[in-house]
Amino acid sequence: MVKVTLDNVSKFFGKVRAVTDLNLEVGDGEFVALLGPSGCGKTTTLLMIAGIYRPSRGRILFDNEDVTGLPPKDRNVGMVFQSYALYPHMTVYDNIAFPLKLKKVPKQEIDRKVRKVAKLLRIDNLLARRPGQLSGGQQQRVALGRALAKEPDVLLLDEPLSNLDAKLRILMRAELKRLQKELRVTTVYVTHDQVEAMSMADRIAVMNAGKLQQYADPQGLYNKPANLFVAGFIGSPPMNFVEGSIREDLSGGYYFDAGAFKFKLPKELGELISSKSIDVVMGFRPEHVKLSLNREEYSIEGQVYVVEPLGRDIVVNVKVGDMLFKVVTKPGVELRPGQRIWLVLDVDKIHFFDKFNERAIV
Amino acid sequence: MAKGLGRKALPWLFLAPMLALIALSWIAPLFLTVYLGFTDLSIKNFLAFIRNFFTEKVHITIDNFRRVFMGGDPYISEVFKVTLLYVGSVLLINAGYSLLLSISIAYLVRNEILSMILRVSWLIPRITPGIIYALVWNWFIDPKYGLLNPMLSAIGVPKAWLPSSWLLDKPYSQILMIVVNGYIGASFGMIVYTAAIKSIPPDLINAALVDGASDFQVARNVIIPLLRWPMLFVTAWQTLSLLASYDVILMIWGSGGGGGYAGIARAAGVMVWSLYSYSKAFSEYMYGYASAISLVLVVIGIVLIVVYFKLFGFRRLMEPSRVEV
Ligand SMILES: Nc1ncnc2c1ncn2[C@@H]1O[C@H](COP(=O)(O)OP(=O)(O)OP(=O)(O)O)[C@@H](O)[C@H]1O
Ligand SMILES: [Mg+2]
Repeated sequence: MVKVTLDNVSKFFGKVRAVTDLNLEVGDGEFVALLGPSGCGKTTTLLMIAGIYRPSRGRILFDNEDVTGLPPKDRNVGMVFQSYALYPHMTVYDNIAFPLKLKKVPKQEIDRKVRKVAKLLRIDNLLARRPGQLSGGQQQRVALGRALAKEPDVLLLDEPLSNLDAKLRILMRAELKRLQKELRVTTVYVTHDQVEAMSMADRIAVMNAGKLQQYADPQGLYNKPANLFVAGFIGSPPMNFVEGSIREDLSGGYYFDAGAFKFKLPKELGELISSKSIDVVMGFRPEHVKLSLNREEYSIEGQVYVVEPLGRDIVVNVKVGDMLFKVVTKPGVELRPGQRIWLVLDVDKIHFFDKFNERAIV
Repeated sequence: MAKGLGRKALPWLFLAPMLALIALSWIAPLFLTVYLGFTDLSIKNFLAFIRNFFTEKVHITIDNFRRVFMGGDPYISEVFKVTLLYVGSVLLINAGYSLLLSISIAYLVRNEILSMILRVSWLIPRITPGIIYALVWNWFIDPKYGLLNPMLSAIGVPKAWLPSSWLLDKPYSQILMIVVNGYIGASFGMIVYTAAIKSIPPDLINAALVDGASDFQVARNVIIPLLRWPMLFVTAWQTLSLLASYDVILMIWGSGGGGGYAGIARAAGVMVWSLYSYSKAFSEYMYGYASAISLVLVVIGIVLIVVYFKLFGFRRLMEPSRVEV
């Protein structure tokens, strides 16, 4: 097992900047998720770690060895592709055995390893079939088997669960995580599904437009998003945002002025923010709001717009001026559209971002 | 109702000119060939035949086939051997070598410009008018003025190994026949194969590379197995077209037989089956015998087509660049 380090890595395809100045360290045995929207450079990053693409700039290190120039076959990496990329002309057995055959592992040894991996992944009854005769979930496990059989130093997974149905996906999530912990193989897991990333990874690297936005553990991302993008990307339903400015009133107190409403801030918080920026974006998570029928301290007045029942929770859309805020709450109180209501915010869980550079202030 | 009828008639209206051409240039000659193959039509009774199709001067006979199969024509076995050599060797280039070429062009050579130059250089003979292509070869191999012998000497081939005439000295003439036809035919396979290689999902090749394959192993273990159908298709197609093609040989060596070239193709050992039929008809004016020789080829062709259809199924035969994924 190795530690993988990306040192200022960039990849350009002609004018397209797929990845720009990426710095990332994946610890030995760590499970890191690369999270980001479609086209943000996740696959490109994986292919650079695998050695398929050579970085346009920067270095890639395995432990302390520079592997930037090494071809894939000298890196001992296992990879599961977005499309699985099983060899259609080979049986499941031969697919899994292929990397071992290339390594010139003795025949009995290959047989032992293939059967062991197949058993682990519960595909031992499928060994004689061809990929075309398998379901999506089975193909995914064969692809994983092929990557694991060679006992790689680094395991790269490119959205391996995206082709599966919701139920199987949740099942495989847990299974993959268990497997990774069991084998203790350094893993980079690409996904655009934040729930997947949050539930599986030790640390998450959030990317957007080829750039790393934040690299932290799931709790860190959730509690302390580094910028507007991460704040909006992590969490479901997403964080509510309001643009406005920080103002001081006659008595020396601070408030946030959004135009449609004013929101009083605790003195220290107001001082802290205004010392850094006046034009800000306030953000609060739907699950950190309490609904009240009366005015309370640190509340915003609005009207109930729509109520979406989600089973365990309900999402209440509240209209404030011409803005809509989402609030997650427990069902119970009868809420009618048009009804007056107050959003009571938890002051410790409000985020403020600089409007211009979009970075978090608090 | 009228509208429905129009809908049905319209495609036939569009197809009519082509169907007429096919009937005139393929179906009618086929029947004529079958008929003539069983006659003794030659220069002697040709005029009578032209004036009156059913003249009694043209006799119905199976002598022609006796000559082909019962040793009546001592030269026919030589023609058979030359044809085997021709089809087999050129096929090796057109279906086999063009595969290696395509893998180099479409996979191994990552440089787009170099790949393009290679592609174009193999397409040149196909886009050159046939007669120019033949002429250029004739000049190229000329023992006095041609560039071929000096070039071979320059790369160290001893003088003694070089023929005084590439046209006439066996086996050089036969090598020439194979090279000239192979060069012009390789582009067909190349086009089919490169299209098929380009349609292999890149992930599949990347997966093999990550699995530890070298470029050579990728070609052997992934690309070639996936090209099974294109390979069979090209082989089948080229076998058929090689059996029937003699144009380049005719242009370089002439038709031979009793005509102006006085047997040069025969002497050079490049008299292939279809050319033999041509020379019997147009140099020796033995129309009946020539038709019989052609008929043998027609029968072989039909048998091969049936075999191919059995082998591939009609559907697959109609999808040349299909890759199994
Ligand atoms: N071979 C290539 N040539 C040119 N551009 C490319 C190539 N590969 C990727 N790109 C571009 O680089 C950017 C990043 O692509 P990449 O495949 O890494 O995205 P991704 O994050 O994996 O997206 P997805 O979630 O859709 O798979 C995209 O804009 C893409 O169009
Ligand atoms: Mg991708």
